Amino acid sequence: MAKVIKLKKGYNIVIKGKVVSEYLDIPQPATFAIKPTDFEDIAPIPKLLVNEGTKVKAGDALFYDKDRPDMLFTAPVSGEVIEIRRGDQRRITEVIIKADKQIEYKSFKKADPNGLDREKIIQYLLGSGLWQAIIQRPYGIIANPEDTPKSIFISTFDTSPLAPDKDVLVKGKGAIFQAGLDALRKLTEGKIYLNLYHDRPHAVEFEEAKGVEINYFSGPHPTGNVGVQIHHLDPIKKGEIVWHVDPLDILTIGTLFMEGKYVPERIIDFAGPGLKATGFFKTYIGACVENVVKDNLIKKKTRIISGNVLTGKTIEANGFLGYYDHLVTVIPEGDEHEFLGWLLPSYPRPSISKSFISGWLATMGLDESYNVNTNMHGEERAFVVSGQYESVLPMDLYPVHLIKSIMYKDFDQMEGLGIYEVIEEDLALCEFVCTSKIDVQEILREGLDLMRKEG
Amino acid sequence: MNLRHAISKPIRNVFDKIKPHVQPGEKFEMAYTTFDAIESLLFVPDHTTKSGVHIRDGIDLKRTMITVVIAMIPALLFGIWNAGHQHYLAIGEFAGVREGFLLKLLFGSIKVLPIVAVSYGVGLTIEFISVTIKKEQVNEGFLVTGMLIPLVMPVNIPLWMVAVATVFAVVIGKEAFGGTGMNILNVALTARAFLFFAYPKNMSGDDPWVASSVKDGQALVDGFTGETPLAQAVENGTNITSVSGEAIGLSDFVLGTIPGSIGETSSVAILLGASILLITGIGSWRIMLSVVLGGLTMGYIFNLLGLNAFMSVPFYYHLFMGGFMFGMVFMATDPVTAAQTNRGKYIYGFLIGLLAVMIRVFNPAYPEGMMLAILLMNVFAPLIDHYVIQGNINRRLAHG
Repeated sequence: MAKVIKLKKGYNIVIKGKVVSEYLDIPQPATFAIKPTDFEDIAPIPKLLVNEGTKVKAGDALFYDKDRPDMLFTAPVSGEVIEIRRGDQRRITEVIIKADKQIEYKSFKKADPNGLDREKIIQYLLGSGLWQAIIQRPYGIIANPEDTPKSIFISTFDTSPLAPDKDVLVKGKGAIFQAGLDALRKLTEGKIYLNLYHDRPHAVEFEEAKGVEINYFSGPHPTGNVGVQIHHLDPIKKGEIVWHVDPLDILTIGTLFMEGKYVPERIIDFAGPGLKATGFFKTYIGACVENVVKDNLIKKKTRIISGNVLTGKTIEANGFLGYYDHLVTVIPEGDEHEFLGWLLPSYPRPSISKSFISGWLATMGLDESYNVNTNMHGEERAFVVSGQYESVLPMDLYPVHLIKSIMYKDFDQMEGLGIYEVIEEDLALCEFVCTSKIDVQEILREGLDLMRKEG
Repeated sequence: MNLRHAISKPIRNVFDKIKPHVQPGEKFEMAYTTFDAIESLLFVPDHTTKSGVHIRDGIDLKRTMITVVIAMIPALLFGIWNAGHQHYLAIGEFAGVREGFLLKLLFGSIKVLPIVAVSYGVGLTIEFISVTIKKEQVNEGFLVTGMLIPLVMPVNIPLWMVAVATVFAVVIGKEAFGGTGMNILNVALTARAFLFFAYPKNMSGDDPWVASSVKDGQALVDGFTGETPLAQAVENGTNITSVSGEAIGLSDFVLGTIPGSIGETSSVAILLGASILLITGIGSWRIMLSVVLGGLTMGYIFNLLGLNAFMSVPFYYHLFMGGFMFGMVFMATDPVTAAQTNRGKYIYGFLIGLLAVMIRVFNPAYPEGMMLAILLMNVFAPLIDHYVIQGNINRRLAHG
């Protein structure tokens, strides 16, 4: 029996509108988009390989980053490129494809990854649009194919608010998943860590995986974050590199090798208290959310988030799913004045503070679910309260001091305090609980960028 | 819900009418910070999340600070009553605890509430002026400081001294360091320390603690002493008398019917406040617990040595005498000036308890060891944190 790593610190924000099993019987979205802005470190204006009107198959290249011409960004579906949307300073924000009814796939050569060498596998992944599924720690950026990581991590569960299980897509696809793992196996000389959630049942396909070290984790969010798992199993020291891959992308990688097709399937949950009807449906990366969201919002002023409420990005009602997301969260905006709200809250809200009943319910392990909104519930202040960040971060790390070291740009301190071990999602709960309403994730990203450029 | 709406709607309308005129660049822009402070006190702003997380915890600094103020109310109310009680004891009327309740309350209110008013009035004025100059927002920190200052004052303190001390503490102790969250020393203790060293006659000895003195021409009871039990213990050990010369003991200290600073005497009232801080998680149990352990440890060591009367006072007496309990609950736990790491909090608290008792016993000229111990450890808190954090850094380098 593999070991169970029990983490106590953290907090599950339980939000109303969780998807249980409601399948959304809706037509496939008409449009899909790949957004260069989803990728942490590519140039704002990548080199386009298509124009408006170009016909593409699923797996055909759309654009590439000028610094890394080998690494292609490919179409998730077949169809016609109908729009290349640009934002500030001509930055490309979306490459939009009108999907065919019947998807055609670019054919890649089928191959058994076990018979291929490392170089060959890297070429496969770079050329198919799957390389960007491999993320590097530190910094949370797309992996550099020239590096060899000391290990590869796979977190098979997502503990963030309203997040769906990742097991569903894997069920019955053990062989494909294994093929994906076999490909990854060639990329590192170290271990592949496959981490399972001890607190929920999981797909046997995960447990039966070969060539990996299986570990079980137990505890509240952010236990599912791969950064937390790396910290406990194989912490990153200066100069070391760890890669991680989402299990859904491993399936896509497996499909690429076994079937010679790029099929970036996703099961997306549409969840949250802002929706009349919640549910899930099966689609592909970059799906337009309009079909689900239209006529389904309870309030007019609503925020649609690709991802979860802690780290997701706001999208429009006719916007597109982010490349790495498998959840769309819809919550009402909170742009209302609340009379004496700090003293006598007019509705229950999630909190770790025991000055609220919510804080006590959470402490007692009662998962009350909340109607959340986007109100700040207060104004930004200097750091006053101590011990709060630490209480939701299951890592041996001093987050407040790390954030302060970034504020005064002390590189040695940042390094010593563990900036290599975290990215935004790991400190997102710290930002949520912060009494002083400090923008923790934004500051951390500044620090990470500083470290990369100058550290 | 509807009641809230009915009350808030007209108020909201007024604010919405005024708001455009105080915006930066408009006619009354000078009033912006003041307007903003009052508006955000009455209404949580309509600000929504812009970057990072999309939802925020319900807690904010206002709620945090007001919880601490609420926790101090029992000590304040008891202090008001006790100011009256000590007064009537001294002139030999209503000697019983249950007698003359309303009169004592009235007398105490007349003495204490002006001190509270001066503290808040002066402190908030400085706060508003300084944020208007700096074009920042009014910070909630002074809500707590403004209440702490009166509670650590003797009841006979002249009001102008309260004002001067508040000015000193807020300007030199806090604003000079950059405002709330940046100060090294606890602001209220800075005020008290300032008075203690600048006007020692008004802060120690016989006169300050009981609101009646020979100077007022009142006839005092035979055997009157205005000394606090703590001051008496220096000479007499546990042979301590009340204001009216009767022997008193531990139960009187716990109840708090003794002379002392306005808010510090009643352990019961302070512990009521402590329970609010602990239940809400706003006061650090780590610090409170370790202060108690530090105090008991030093007291016990002195008991073993037993070289003089004060050393022989049972070690647990120290918790209930002088400002120990009040300092532990409301001062040592100030998150800005305390150690910030959990490990650091244990060390910080333990040393406060230890030093408080040590200073008391070794240096009878400073019976308020608690104040000095906390201020001293305020200074050392960043150092303690530094070593705790350096330990973390070294571990990271070692396993790396």
